[in-house]
Amino acid sequence: MMTAATSAPPLGVIEGYRQVTPVVERDGATAEVDATGVYFQQLNETVRRLVAEGATTVRIAGVNGQRYLGAGLAAPGVRIEVHGTAGNDTAMFMDGAEIEIFGNAQDGVGNTMSGGRVIVHGDAGDVLGYGMRGGRVFVRGDVGYRVGIHMKAYEKHVPVLVCGGKARDFFGEYMAGGMLVLLGMTGRDAAQPIAGSFLGAGMHGGAIFVRGTVEPWQCGAEVGISEAGEEHRAALRPVIEEYAAAMDMDTAEILAAPFTRIAPMSHRPYAKLYAPM
Amino acid sequence: MAYDLSRYDGFSPDNYREESPFKIHGGCGLMGICDESGALMSGEEPIRAMAVQRDRGNGLGGGFAGYGIYPEFPDHYCFHMMYHDLRARDEAEEILRTRFTVDHAEPMPTRPVRGIHDAPILWRYFMTPRAEVLEELDHSAEDFVVSTVMEINARVDGAFVASSGKNMGAFKGVGYPEEIGHYFRLEDYAGHTWVGHNRFPTNTPGWWGGAHPFTLLDWSIVHNGEISSYGINARYLEQFGYACSLGTDTEVAAYLFDLLLRRHRLPVELACTVLAPPLWSEIERMPAERAELMRSLRAVYGPAMLNGPFAIVLGFNGGMVALNDRIKLRPLVAARSGSRLMVASEESAIRTVMPDPDTLWTPRAGEPVIARVKGMELPFHSTLHATPAEVSCAVTAADACHELEEVAV
Repeated sequence: MMTAATSAPPLGVIEGYRQVTPVVERDGATAEVDATGVYFQQLNETVRRLVAEGATTVRIAGVNGQRYLGAGLAAPGVRIEVHGTAGNDTAMFMDGAEIEIFGNAQDGVGNTMSGGRVIVHGDAGDVLGYGMRGGRVFVRGDVGYRVGIHMKAYEKHVPVLVCGGKARDFFGEYMAGGMLVLLGMTGRDAAQPIAGSFLGAGMHGGAIFVRGTVEPWQCGAEVGISEAGEEHRAALRPVIEEYAAAMDMDTAEILAAPFTRIAPMSHRPYAKLYAPM
Repeated sequence: MAYDLSRYDGFSPDNYREESPFKIHGGCGLMGICDESGALMSGEEPIRAMAVQRDRGNGLGGGFAGYGIYPEFPDHYCFHMMYHDLRARDEAEEILRTRFTVDHAEPMPTRPVRGIHDAPILWRYFMTPRAEVLEELDHSAEDFVVSTVMEINARVDGAFVASSGKNMGAFKGVGYPEEIGHYFRLEDYAGHTWVGHNRFPTNTPGWWGGAHPFTLLDWSIVHNGEISSYGINARYLEQFGYACSLGTDTEVAAYLFDLLLRRHRLPVELACTVLAPPLWSEIERMPAERAELMRSLRAVYGPAMLNGPFAIVLGFNGGMVALNDRIKLRPLVAARSGSRLMVASEESAIRTVMPDPDTLWTPRAGEPVIARVKGMELPFHSTLHATPAEVSCAVTAADACHELEEVAV
């Protein structure tokens, strides 16, 4: 009795991804992987195998939401290209490879990342760089909520995250170390402010640089807001140079505007809250 | 809420034989798609969108709702029913036949699917309310249907109403959504609006009636998150005759939308504001008139606020609304391709159905994404009311509103 649909009835249950080994083409140290419709597990196993076999460039085409790409990869000098939409937790726990994403990235990219570099040429989602403790994440476009939440640093291990577009609420929330940079130069929505509310809320380490200005109400109660002086711009310059090179942008243009520096007023903002009476 | 479910008063073991009393933390996945031109899409599209989000669930719940799927009975209420046993079916049918003229009844068309087992007895009924019963009860047809749904869900042991709207239906159960969609032969249906869900039960059991979408009349709700205000919301809804009996927090969202949109006639934007209100600190920064409206809404509808993380999609005959909690604790991506508007938990789901959308964006916290099918009468006030006076006349009666407009002219 029902209206017949135009497509032929499926033979079996529709699969989002197939649990098959992806097709790989090798050319010396370069490997091309077709990820179209391949489940993340087989895809990641293949990438790890190729790296173990000596591939230094792994080009993955047809990516659409497969999770954990490059997760835990401790392979300095290895370059992974992702063409498509990178899935959740891409580069999670990564320590020393480079992942360049030609497309958007979903949520949680660079989660607890220790080293290496992630370049996103599109937008990135929520909780980008969550608990990141080393390496670089560069995004050309906009980023979501809770970006850089609880980033931390120790001695030489200083994570850096740069967003070319705009960020939503809770940027740098509970930040404990490292550097977050927000440029607001590529955002798609002109009406949107460069950052949302609760910028640096609960922050107790590291520094946030925003190109231009932010309103005090946008920031958490624990931070100090000031225009970045010479000393701080000197620390920012090499980061911007590296970002501009990765994005094919002009360093001078990025640095032509004043930057606002947001840093914690205390290393233990809640010391009194939890101290014994 | 990691308590022993069997000790919870609201659950009678007889009613919830399928429940799995364990807890796994995780997310859920959802999608919604609407062709605003009214063009129909095969049920395969929502299945494909959910299949790539398979890992967001754990096989303990999958489901869909489609609109415009019953062109042969567009004005009949269609009840999709789930029965434990034939006794439950007899009891529920007794209620249905007393209250409605049943013009067509049949088992739901299904096919065997590996992984889908222990299905309840599934039937659907195309019905119209009996005029004499309506008259006697002095109910609107909608209120009559709502009271029938509440009565069956709360009082008939082992019988549950999966959906109760016109020209729509919910298809849900225990399994992954792509399996459930295949089981219900969704490719045989065509609708202008679809919502889909992949469940990862956290606080409540995975059982057939507890799968999403949750529906009432034409409303269907799919939800990712948890509603920590469930107790307050459920008690508030009880005052208006809604009995929360399905053992899943999402149920309150469906009833709240029915209360706010159908009975209180709030415009949809404001109903969304009630569920996900701006923070007090944001209200302080608003222009005076807007701030007064927000304060009024929070004062009147405090117990209707949904606390906790959520992304929800509300489907209805004529479109859909997607909404995040006010601090955006769950993922939601939106895209438009031609006349189609689509939302999902992940961009990958959108790109599976529309590989190269015209625009793709992430909606802001508490900011609804609304799709409306052109030419279809909407089941709620569609224009945003700007002042508390306009809202209160929207709540009390549509006529007063028209009068106000006339005065304004």
